[in-house]
Amino acid sequence: MLKNSLLGQIDKKYLLLLGWTMIIGVSILFYLFPQSGLFFLLFLCSLLVLYYLPVNNALRYLAAAIILVGIMPLVGMQNTYYFDVITQVGIYASLAIGLNIVVGFAGLLNFGYVAFYAFGAYLYAIFASSQAANFIPAAVAHFPLSGHWFWVFLALSAVLTAGLGLLLGFPVLRLRGDYLAIVTLGFAEIIRIVFNNLDKPINITNGPKGISPIQPPELFGMVLNQPIHFYFIVLVILVLTIIIASRLDSSRIGRCWAAIREDELAARSMGVPVVRMKLLAFAIGASFAGVMGVIFAAKQTFVDPSSFGFMESIGILSMVIVGGMGNIAGVIIGAVGVVMLQLNILKEFSEYLGQLAAQGILNIPSQVDPAKYEKLIYGLILILACIYRPQGLMPASRSLPAWLKKKGKDQITNGIQEDKTDVT
Amino acid sequence: MEQFLQLLPQCLLDGLTLGVVYAIVALGYTMVYGVLELINFAHSEIFMVGAFAGTEVLLYLQTYGYLTGIPAPVALVLALIVAMFLSGGMGVLMERIAYRPLRNAPRLVPLISAIGVSFFLQDAVRLVEGLWKNAFYLTAPSIFPTSIQISANLRLPVKSMVVMFSAVVMMLGLHMFVTRTKWGKAIRAVAQDRDTSALMSINVDRVISLTFFIGAALGGAAGTLFACQYSLISPYVGFILGIKAFTAAVLGGIGSIPGAMAGGILLGVLESLGAASLGIATNGAMGAEYKDVFAFVILIAVLILKPSGLFGEETGEKV
Amino acid sequence: MLRGKSKVLVTVLLLVFVASVLGGCSSKPKTATDNAANVIKIASVTPLSGSQAALGENIKLGAQMAFDERKAEIEKLGFSLQFAPQDDQADPKVGVAVAQKLVADKDVLAVDGHFNSGVAIPSSEIYAKDNLVMVSPANTAIGITDRKLPSVNRICARDDVQGPLGADFAAQDLKAKKIFVVHDKTTYGQAIADEVKARAPKVGMEVVGYEGITAGESDFSAVLNKVAVVKPDVLYFGGIYPEGSLIIKQMKDKGITAKFIGPDGMDDPEEVKIAGQAVIGTFYTSPAADISRTPKGKAWVDSFKAKFGKEPSNWSAYGYDAMNVIIEGLKKAIETNGGKKPTRQQVSEAVRAVKGLEGITSTISFDEKGDNKGAKLYVAEFKEAKYPPTVVKEVNAGEFVK
Repeated sequence: MLKNSLLGQIDKKYLLLLGWTMIIGVSILFYLFPQSGLFFLLFLCSLLVLYYLPVNNALRYLAAAIILVGIMPLVGMQNTYYFDVITQVGIYASLAIGLNIVVGFAGLLNFGYVAFYAFGAYLYAIFASSQAANFIPAAVAHFPLSGHWFWVFLALSAVLTAGLGLLLGFPVLRLRGDYLAIVTLGFAEIIRIVFNNLDKPINITNGPKGISPIQPPELFGMVLNQPIHFYFIVLVILVLTIIIASRLDSSRIGRCWAAIREDELAARSMGVPVVRMKLLAFAIGASFAGVMGVIFAAKQTFVDPSSFGFMESIGILSMVIVGGMGNIAGVIIGAVGVVMLQLNILKEFSEYLGQLAAQGILNIPSQVDPAKYEKLIYGLILILACIYRPQGLMPASRSLPAWLKKKGKDQITNGIQEDKTDVT
Repeated sequence: MEQFLQLLPQCLLDGLTLGVVYAIVALGYTMVYGVLELINFAHSEIFMVGAFAGTEVLLYLQTYGYLTGIPAPVALVLALIVAMFLSGGMGVLMERIAYRPLRNAPRLVPLISAIGVSFFLQDAVRLVEGLWKNAFYLTAPSIFPTSIQISANLRLPVKSMVVMFSAVVMMLGLHMFVTRTKWGKAIRAVAQDRDTSALMSINVDRVISLTFFIGAALGGAAGTLFACQYSLISPYVGFILGIKAFTAAVLGGIGSIPGAMAGGILLGVLESLGAASLGIATNGAMGAEYKDVFAFVILIAVLILKPSGLFGEETGEKV
Repeated sequence: MLRGKSKVLVTVLLLVFVASVLGGCSSKPKTATDNAANVIKIASVTPLSGSQAALGENIKLGAQMAFDERKAEIEKLGFSLQFAPQDDQADPKVGVAVAQKLVADKDVLAVDGHFNSGVAIPSSEIYAKDNLVMVSPANTAIGITDRKLPSVNRICARDDVQGPLGADFAAQDLKAKKIFVVHDKTTYGQAIADEVKARAPKVGMEVVGYEGITAGESDFSAVLNKVAVVKPDVLYFGGIYPEGSLIIKQMKDKGITAKFIGPDGMDDPEEVKIAGQAVIGTFYTSPAADISRTPKGKAWVDSFKAKFGKEPSNWSAYGYDAMNVIIEGLKKAIETNGGKKPTRQQVSEAVRAVKGLEGITSTISFDEKGDNKGAKLYVAEFKEAKYPPTVVKEVNAGEFVK
């Protein structure tokens, strides 16, 4: 690809020089100016550049490790806000990858992904706070459970939420695309309303008042409630998620999913166990959400049903679609984009405008304050992204970037896939 | 049980009123789905725009003192006409900008585009109203304030009757249009098979635009009726109602016009009955707050048992 | 055309270029006003977008008014004071992110917010880690101060005071025997409805119904039909004015004669606009029922109108008072610190130590949990369809018997 392009004319060496300069330069700048929103964005971009840089894997992973494990924490210690943002990004990236398995790999429309997220969050919240004491007598166990149970709950949530996914998937998977979307939407709403009302006759979820405080995780006696701890927890889980997802993608299961996605009837005729594969996709996707739910609950120390509405589902779905369905790196970018938009970019922009106003340069009436219209801009971005790049920022292709590809095996599918997904 | 019987007549009436609003909005969803196989998420926002348009007209009439001069039905018709044209136009615009370029894209993409339009409209209306009126909760003047007490348990507000009457008129009108006119036939043709219709020299683009116009106009009219019935509107009023109306359309069989009407009314009545009876049936364990759950459970049950909805047609999969 | 990888690389490079240009521009205001030692920021955090934006905006405007009025006092002491309004979108995770941001910005010494208790609780945990003082104008959940965090204060009344007040009023003043409780299933609405429900039997009333409605919906006929059949003496609604006013209106349409009582969430001029004539004969409890009763209050209302071009709601008054308390505390902290920029801990202690500050809504003194001892609660009745309603009962929240 590089050969027949403008940039391809440039010698690979210059590209490397450019890339490395940017990566190292931004990292240093970010360290020196931890308050700057701009450098934070550039920092994230530098990770993207690293992804594309034509170097060998070992070097790439090393650089990524240095950046994520070295530079980021150093900056984060000075400015915990960015820690929080990047942790949020990490959580949503994992969620997006999970949804990507359902929507992108297997092609199943799921508008209610947030239900699994909520389930995982409440699972941990109920038992890691005094909430469970309401319906489990003290003779059986003492609540809240100590933070050491966090790790157990991560695994437990994965299993239980997968079970919930199976439960949901079973009756509905024979529905056609759009109907499936609506049913999953309905299911998510049902879960949310049930959680919002499960405070009588037995108080399980404390209804809209939410559950708080939730025990932070503990490791070898050390209480992990600082932003830096959660950053590392999320980072580790994210890396695991990426590994699992890409292993699945290049496995036989992933190929079954791709077949189902492209043409279910043909897949069935070819002997692909469609129902089983669909259920598997649902369950695995759900389990990812369940795990992230536990982390979310531990991090926020407070959960209430309002965090798990339809908007959340749409948010995660848009990350997958705008980022690139079926492409793991793409959905991560999608996640970064959406979270940054919601938490960071518009606020910075409107603060910038506010500063201009304070200096008398520009006077914007309070009604037009850009931070208030985040939804408008978000909507606009969605529309533009769909019209101008419907296959997503990084389109799905069965061909993985050169450094992840195993020689020979996936070559055949490349050509066919690219034809189908290239809509422009 | 006795309490339930006492509640029943009023519940049915209120359910019907709510149901016809759902039904008209559902018509918009179903028509667009019929021709484009697209769930138009932004339809709920069109409904909201219609509500705002109608309210603004009524407020305008009120400020300038015309409201007392002209009979209420005339004011309503005026508001309806303005709202319908505005929403219809917006629907056509929406189709041109956000959906036409995506005609051949994979399924999910126009869906996301529709969601984007929905978000955009919500905040855009908030922006416009904020700049214009410095507030975005609007209260429509009450033009049909009276009600008739039929019996001890049944009270019929005039505005409910007006809403139901207008809704029925619109539904009948649509039905006649779709079954008796040439354009209606064209719409049905495109809904059935787009490519063959094009071969039959039907201008598919125009038909689709027309479908959007009609669907959106109906949605806008529903919005104005909603404003008459409940008075308080905000830019977020379309969201919940949209989901419910869409559920109604799916319940009745998406793509089927009589299905949407039936689904809407059924959903409204079920919701009303559910809210009233849940508390009684479960002895206070679950109350009216579960009525949405009730509606969704019914939806899921219908879809699992009869996937194409109540009135939908079973389309086999072509190999 | 550029393809795939290289396209991305070029885009990224362009972005870098653009960003550095922007960076050059935007870093200027930041460094220019960086007499870092002398910049103090006070933040307000309320929902400024989303369905509760109107309420959040009102608080922010109130805070802004107090800020503008007293800015000069702090500037005279040699500091540059900035007001930093933030938007928490009524979403807990956005609130947490904003809280992190405020904590990370060392110039922020106090926070006037939040509005939703569900957002305030996790956010205040973050403030508390760095002793950043928070004065809440509107969070009524008991959990806010029951945690006894020294940096969390509130000037409004608690749910477990306002709820029982409503119930007592119904039983004693309205002589009600049957009460129907409705709530909007939110953290605020349900909490206060639950308090009323718990109190009712203690004052001799029978709770004949307890139902929830969905906030954001407009059709409450399902619940109201039940009310019509059961015929209670009083309907208590836990929630805020958009739904509450609609309920009042629909109650009248259905011919329900029960008396309506609501909490301070009903307190807003919009209530009259939405409910119209139906509002006559309804009640609500509030920590500041009628600001314009006193001449001082009336003057405040007029100056608010003159400054912002619209009527203040009581939320604005709370935002105003909270900001006043903050500035008072800040001033004292600066003075005790010998004129130098105080630490967050010092500001927090100074704010908590504020006693007897005459606010628009009440006289403010904080107790050891951070609740406002001087919070008064009023029961107000709409004798005519005009806001504000007439105060019919006055109770000192701090002395209220629980």
